[in-house]
Amino acid sequence: MRKATETLLPAATFVAMLAAIYLVFVYVPSDRAQGIVQRIFYFHVPLAIMTFVAFGVVALASACFLWRGSRAWDRVAYASAEIGMLFCTLVLVTGPIWAKPVWGTWWTWDARLTTTLILWLIYAAYLMMRNVSGPGEQGARYAAILGIVGAFDIPIINRSVYWWRTIHPAVLITREGGSGLADARMQATLGVCFLAFLLLFMWLLWVRTESARLSDVVDDLRRDILTQ
Amino acid sequence: MLALLRKDLQIELRTKETLAALLLLGLLTLVVLSFAFDPTSELRVEAAPGALWVAVIFAGVLGLNRSFLAERENDCLQGLLLCPVDRGTIYLAKTVSNFLFMMAAQLVMVPIFVFFFNLPATAALWSVLLSLALGVFGFAAVGTLFAAIAVRTRAREVMLPLLLLPLVVPLFIAGVKVTAHALGGKALGEVAPWLNLMVGFDVMLLVVAWLVFEYAVEE
Repeated sequence: MRKATETLLPAATFVAMLAAIYLVFVYVPSDRAQGIVQRIFYFHVPLAIMTFVAFGVVALASACFLWRGSRAWDRVAYASAEIGMLFCTLVLVTGPIWAKPVWGTWWTWDARLTTTLILWLIYAAYLMMRNVSGPGEQGARYAAILGIVGAFDIPIINRSVYWWRTIHPAVLITREGGSGLADARMQATLGVCFLAFLLLFMWLLWVRTESARLSDVVDDLRRDILTQ
Repeated sequence: MLALLRKDLQIELRTKETLAALLLLGLLTLVVLSFAFDPTSELRVEAAPGALWVAVIFAGVLGLNRSFLAERENDCLQGLLLCPVDRGTIYLAKTVSNFLFMMAAQLVMVPIFVFFFNLPATAALWSVLLSLALGVFGFAAVGTLFAAIAVRTRAREVMLPLLLLPLVVPLFIAGVKVTAHALGGKALGEVAPWLNLMVGFDVMLLVVAWLVFEYAVEE
């Protein structure tokens, strides 16, 4: 099982990612209204969805860790938070690249943008706390608490920023999606991109969790040797 | 729980340290923010609710930090944990005492705020206080949990605001909205969704924090 995951998962990710790149840059037609910049959408949207998946995994793994007390769950939560943070950063980078030519501005305090930014801030604090609370049981527990509280808070944050923007006169009401994806080739490309990023997430999660496990093993060994 | 609450209140009444610090920091924030706006401009009235809430939150973070630092000295927290009470009860007592301190500071701060920003006072004070009470309660509910955590990390003064501020964004937005509305002299009915949101936030996060507090103080 472990051997199979170690060889198959990266291979599948590699193939899917190559296919995604080919489809995005060569195969798929450009959007008539938005032009070539719309192609960034095929990376942006899967990344955004995977960000939510990653932070969802953090919350679930955190809850399991507090419930069962097993270090394995904590490693999954940590790894997933790191990857979620990476993806979230990429979402916040690819978004403005698209928004500047299409909306005419890098940033607008739209509900989705604001929620993503706050999400980024919460998990930046999460990673920072893991750093300052050091290795070991206690830091893991604190991080798990934040992981859980954050997951409960996110829907409310989303609601509040949504109302905040809709009560105010909105500068831009444009929403991505909807109109752009009538073409079957576009939908197929988006599907492949989803798959590619899902595989990438799973692979990264596997690699990070494994390396955390190995470093835990090394720590245990070192402690054993030192106490002998 | 009442005994725990009384202990916190009694300490505070005898030293008045936290309350004085809360109040002064809140006032300072208001004054500094006043400099940010042209005193004659119309913008000032529009910015007033935001200024009040920034002051509330800055002062609040300070007060929350103090509430567990005091327990750390002389290992008081250890003693508390050895008490034959549920950890959740300790959490509730701490939350209520933090809430009371912050509200006490608000009672002094709001009139001064009205005075400094030259606002049409009297009419809306109760609505403003209601929005503050809802906001401060949620803030205390989340803040007490994370103060207990932050106090035991290495960078404790920095960690609390980093953890807390993004989480209380809904309260801040809703609080500013309701306060602005109240100061505008409009009925509270129009902002009912915001009030519901604040109540929902308060109840949900209080329950979640109450459930996980045990893990935050465990050795």
